[in-house]
Amino acid sequence: MPLLEIKNLHVEIDGKPILKGLDLTVNAGEVHAIMGPNGSGKSTLAYVLAGKDDYIVTDGEVLFNDRNIFDMAPDERAAAGLFLAFQYPLEIPGVATMTFLRTALNAQRKKRGEVELSTPEFLKKVREVAGRLSIEQEMLRRAVNVGFSGGEKKRNEVLQMALLEPRLAVLDETDSGLDIDALKIVADGVNHLRASSRAFVVITHYQRLLDYIVPDIVHVLSRGRIVKTGGKELALELEARGYAEYQEEAAA
Amino acid sequence: MNAEVAKVAMIKTAAETALTRTYTQARDQLPGDDAIAAQRAAAFDVFAREGLPHRRIEDWKYTDLRALMRDAKPLAGPPDAAAKACAKTAGAMIGDVETRRLVFVDGAFVPELSDTANLERGLTVRSLADALTAGDAALAGHLGKLAPADDVAVALNTALMGDGAVIRIAANSTIERPLHLVFVSSGKPAATFMRSLVVVEPGARAMLIESHEGPAGGDYQVNAAVELFVGDGAHMDHVKVIGEGADALHVSTLAAAIGARSRFNAFTFTAGGAVVRNQLFLRFDGEDTVAGVRGATLIKGAQHADTTLVASHIARGCQSREMFKTVLDGEAHGVFQGRIIVRPGAQKTDAKMMTQALLLSERAEADNKPELEIYADDVQCGHGATAGALDDDLKFYLMARGIPAHEAEALLIRAFLGEAIEGIEHAGLREALMDAATAWLAARGGEAAHA
Repeated sequence: MPLLEIKNLHVEIDGKPILKGLDLTVNAGEVHAIMGPNGSGKSTLAYVLAGKDDYIVTDGEVLFNDRNIFDMAPDERAAAGLFLAFQYPLEIPGVATMTFLRTALNAQRKKRGEVELSTPEFLKKVREVAGRLSIEQEMLRRAVNVGFSGGEKKRNEVLQMALLEPRLAVLDETDSGLDIDALKIVADGVNHLRASSRAFVVITHYQRLLDYIVPDIVHVLSRGRIVKTGGKELALELEARGYAEYQEEAAA
Repeated sequence: MNAEVAKVAMIKTAAETALTRTYTQARDQLPGDDAIAAQRAAAFDVFAREGLPHRRIEDWKYTDLRALMRDAKPLAGPPDAAAKACAKTAGAMIGDVETRRLVFVDGAFVPELSDTANLERGLTVRSLADALTAGDAALAGHLGKLAPADDVAVALNTALMGDGAVIRIAANSTIERPLHLVFVSSGKPAATFMRSLVVVEPGARAMLIESHEGPAGGDYQVNAAVELFVGDGAHMDHVKVIGEGADALHVSTLAAAIGARSRFNAFTFTAGGAVVRNQLFLRFDGEDTVAGVRGATLIKGAQHADTTLVASHIARGCQSREMFKTVLDGEAHGVFQGRIIVRPGAQKTDAKMMTQALLLSERAEADNKPELEIYADDVQCGHGATAGALDDDLKFYLMARGIPAHEAEALLIRAFLGEAIEGIEHAGLREALMDAATAWLAARGGEAAHA
């Protein structure tokens, strides 16, 4: 049984169709990369999976662990093991990062019928993950993402992912705005989480990230559909030749 | 006065007629000597002339007391044993903060429930009824000197004041334990008029907490006023918690004059009452004082809560920060009127006022009216006002991390209120009020789940 199965997905926003019959199957243990030009629907796919309500699904279905995700609220999807690393992580003034992390983790555990973590257990876990991502304790005491640099925000996303241990992580342009050092830290954080029970969908415009998070399968998304699927070499090919031919293909 | 206003004022409402009857019947029994009786009579004349304030009176535009006050309850009688029993658990909204409790039940001081033993050096406490009956030199110099005589709510309070606290903190004394005026209503359909006088002499340090509460379903009316004198170099905190029962009418006033080089913080937490009017009249009389004036209001259902603030900078070089946050659900109506006045002598004033309303329901209404009145030319003053719904993007971000909708909302609302509550210097009280906000939010979540 695939972990994620997207069949003929049609999505529109403000009456404008964005995804037009997207099919994608992701099995546990796989890392998929979705590449495509701006406006092809990459971020829409990420948001629809996570459950943002500005997007209207007009056709198709998405099964996550054999459950129809459109029957689940965003928090239920998260508790079921779906994680979206945001392209633009939000700042939440007045909510301390530690409070946020703990509330999220315990809410998920509660929903899954697991016991909530004690304070020492939680702190130990956060310290361990934060250390791996070079996140200072001081950063964790601040309000969520407030005053964080672009790189710090992305590392904070990976920190959340590592703590929440999802079954499927969707990374929406996690590489955007990162310099090479920050990119390596983020990629190391992701690679550390690679496991046979876990899958990743890495959405990116550039091939660069895929040097560090090496995908099993690469898809080209253009005008709302997957127009080509291949191995990791497809990413290199795209880097060399650009997206022009796929945009024409999708239009035809 | 134009003809229409005159006509409106002339037709007496049932409440106005009842208030006149109450005063006429009670005036001979109310405590105080001839001078006090004259003060009461003069105050009553203000009411007789103006009537209850209504929407055509600018300061009461959003809180039309004439329309909101359908009747005036008779004066509360002395509390019986059952009424006193209500007070045992009163004041819980401030959590386990250790205070010196002075308990008032149905408007009367109850010594046996109060903690008047072993007063700290420099602290003097007595009841207003006692001070008025026995005569107290402090009264003549202070009573009625700060509360604006032309405000009808204050005028009624002065005319009918029965009891309250008279507190003096001697120069340079530090009173560690917060003083807690616990005002409890037993819920009988009655009115109470409480007046307190607090004199903080130069260099003294103290904290005064006022809490007001009563049972849900109790159809009672409260009019409470505090006149607070803060001397030069003093450090005074005032926290008021309005947790009246759901059917209560509550009008309260804090009138304060703050001396030079002092620190002053005022905070109001409003969660209870059907109709609440919270008035603050603050005067910065001495230079270089630093003040924080803040508040948090959480209302739902058909609750109406009005905070009206007038902060007058009289002396130069004072800094004041005003921040009021209101969370509204259901069909609640929140009002904030804030006026900062900078008098010609108050050069180098630094005053910033912010008022924000968070509307959780499409039927809730928030009226924000910030005003600056500046008569000096070398000042830094500003104000801001916002009203809006919760940020859907932030809520989605929290939900995408597994936090259920109502919990995500609670987290964001606590953060919103936190900005004001953080201004309270007392850590225990800060936590207690955050807990009170959390409890309010949890109750709201429960109701939403049942809906």
